[in-house]
Amino acid sequence: MSALGVLFLALMIFPVYWMVNSSLQGAQGAASMTWFPTSPTFDGYIAAFQQQSQNFLTSMIVSLGSVIVTLVFATPAAYGLARFRMRGTGAFLLVLLVTQMIPTIVIANALYTLFNDVGLLNSYLGLILADAAAQIPFSILLMRAFMESIPSSLVEAALVDGANNFRAFISIVVPISRNAIVTAALFTFLGAWGDFLIALTLTSTTAVRPITLGIYNYIGSNVTNWGPVMATAVLASLPAAVLLVIAQRYIAAGALGGAVK
Amino acid sequence: MSASVEAAVGSRPAAVVAGHPGRPRARVLSSLSRWLFIAPAVLYVAVFFGYPVVKNVVMSFQDYSTRTFFTGEAPWVGFKNYAATFGSSLFTTTVVNTALFTIGSIVAQFVIGLGLALFFKRSFPLSGFLRGLLLLPWLLPLIASSAVWKWMLDQDSGAVNQFLGLFGIPAVPWLVSPNLALVAVIGVNIWLGIPFNTTILYSGLQSVPQELYEAASLDGAVGVRAFRYITWPSIRSVVSVVIVLGVVYTLKVVDIILGLTGGGPANSTQTLATNAYHQSFVNFQFGEGAAVSNVLIVVSFVFAIVYISLSRKAVDE
Repeated sequence: MSALGVLFLALMIFPVYWMVNSSLQGAQGAASMTWFPTSPTFDGYIAAFQQQSQNFLTSMIVSLGSVIVTLVFATPAAYGLARFRMRGTGAFLLVLLVTQMIPTIVIANALYTLFNDVGLLNSYLGLILADAAAQIPFSILLMRAFMESIPSSLVEAALVDGANNFRAFISIVVPISRNAIVTAALFTFLGAWGDFLIALTLTSTTAVRPITLGIYNYIGSNVTNWGPVMATAVLASLPAAVLLVIAQRYIAAGALGGAVK
Repeated sequence: MSASVEAAVGSRPAAVVAGHPGRPRARVLSSLSRWLFIAPAVLYVAVFFGYPVVKNVVMSFQDYSTRTFFTGEAPWVGFKNYAATFGSSLFTTTVVNTALFTIGSIVAQFVIGLGLALFFKRSFPLSGFLRGLLLLPWLLPLIASSAVWKWMLDQDSGAVNQFLGLFGIPAVPWLVSPNLALVAVIGVNIWLGIPFNTTILYSGLQSVPQELYEAASLDGAVGVRAFRYITWPSIRSVVSVVIVLGVVYTLKVVDIILGLTGGGPANSTQTLATNAYHQSFVNFQFGEGAAVSNVLIVVSFVFAIVYISLSRKAVDE
């Protein structure tokens, strides 16, 4: 049983191994790549740093910006939807679900013309706003599921003490929902970091180019030396790995929190 | 996400308010301040989802091209964009490719995912560790996965052909042969979808009560019969959610195809989604791109409706 499992898993994660293996054989051409990095070199990483560090930085700025925009818009909305039952909230929830099914290319097609009119093409702000848009609906749904489990007596106590809705939200709901907010922030970061299509369609120059486009430009041409390409792929995968390890605790709590009612 | 569907479908406005009449907070919560929580998000979604969907419909009836961006003119052309789209031989190719890509990916992802989920359910040494490891491919941005696979499928020195070469099989032109490229792209997409399918189906299997199997085994239902009469009926709602979500997400796929083949060779991997991209952002025919986009959105919405009605049914059950 275990042997079979190990065999299948080896097959499934072989591409990840191959990425790391190739990234450490940067000096050789494609033909001399071997199965194991017997004489590892960091030449691939050095080349990747020289060519991609600006793109890496761009990805960082755009992803962090998307997290901020997403949280600012999604957190109050999640709370509003969890706590207040008003005309139209049910319809809005349905709309949020449907947005998850709209193909990104449909959005990009129309957004290009809009961004062209208002001068947001090839800008950090444009990418941040578009990437955040892709993550806001899911973040609202995720945080709302958690916030529904907050006992309303907690908030009511604050209201009786004279706090208004916004004060109660900031001083009670946000601290209690920390796990859910961190989880939403993490998914937003990963979504924006991995975004390719929005960056591909809404930028045309090298001015604002995330690392995903850097990889795409590598593989769009005829690659002869895969070392730097795979080193870039490893670097592009690192933030996800680091974040998941750090935030594991929050995710488990944040994702499960909504289920416990 | 299915939990939020239940909540979304199950919630009826005013239910809570009606439940607590006359509470002091009803006075404190003025309707305006409640709306201020939600209004910014509503506005955001309207600009970034509502507007594009409407704008696409409008654009699909216009001659919207590079010239439009200079002159600001986008003359109305009626159904010309749709006629051009449906009339081209490329459209037939993309529809067939989209169907093959979607069905091939979904069926294989599901079968392998269910197999793995059943396999991991008999907990054996290392099973938890291996299940965690299975999620490793998820850490890679899609375009990074595409890059790795493009390298592995390289005809001359890629790992796949090197491995096959050990058995004397000559180099296979995975991504450069029009006959093989779609198969290769589907294969990569299956690889990407297996972790998701396994994880969701595994959690579905975990929720089947163990007593059911014990009772059934007394009646002689074990192995395949136990799967057919107990497991399958118990996880049917999870199965339908996995499949419908899979279809909706597979229809959207652009990253992998653009990264691996760019839609080529000879349009053999061009789908509705990549074709919409090509019309708008390579040929700069935004009108035709919008027409293809609208076809794609109609197909997606059909499945979206199926999904929502299925999850509604799951709540009722």
